[in-house]
Amino acid sequence: MSRNVGIVIVSHSTDVARGTADMVRQMVGSEVPLAFCGGDPGGGLGTNVEAIMRAIDAAWSEKGVAILVDLGGAETNSEMAIELQPPERQGKIVVCNAPIVEGAVMAATEASGGATLQEVKRTAEELSPT
Amino acid sequence: MTAQASGSILLTHAIGLHARPSVKLTKLAKSFASAIRLGTGPDGPWIDAKSIVKVMAAKVPQGAKLHFEAEGSDASAAVAALVGLVERDFDGAEADAASG
Repeated sequence: MSRNVGIVIVSHSTDVARGTADMVRQMVGSEVPLAFCGGDPGGGLGTNVEAIMRAIDAAWSEKGVAILVDLGGAETNSEMAIELQPPERQGKIVVCNAPIVEGAVMAATEASGGATLQEVKRTAEELSPT
Repeated sequence: MTAQASGSILLTHAIGLHARPSVKLTKLAKSFASAIRLGTGPDGPWIDAKSIVKVMAAKVPQGAKLHFEAEGSDASAAVAALVGLVERDFDGAEADAASG
């Protein structure tokens, strides 16, 4: 079980999700639990709740999980995936209001130092345009 | 025990303190208990060396002198480690410079 907050990347595009995860792995390293999902089961663009739930499982940490999303449906489906989590996980998963690539790298950098879920979220959101 | 330490080092990295060096510097800073600040001049302005957003936003260019000040139980070790990282050109982060 990781002592660091996990990161989940949810994009409409498998390529964007995978590429974002690649950047996190290469720039930050492997000490942060990381999972990504994107695209619909038919190979097109989209997001779906089941895939997001699997990604949350894959990146699960007792310290919590921060989700980075791209557009509309990625956020609403992520929120639905959070609602469907068991009670013991409620309050330990957040969606960050941040650009997906930059936010994921910033969040993972913060998480790698053992920061709390709220600190990780704050760091990702610090980036938002001013 | 609280100690203070400071040090400075010339930033020689090809395109300055861009994304990957910033991540490395911040991660290293976070591994120390001391408060650490990074200045782009001897009198500042100062930023929290543990804040990835602030370090990256500083966009420190090549040729700038980085100043570190640390305060805490491991202040000397922290400054030595950070100066060392910059001196070693971020341990191979230059591979990233070509592609940005």
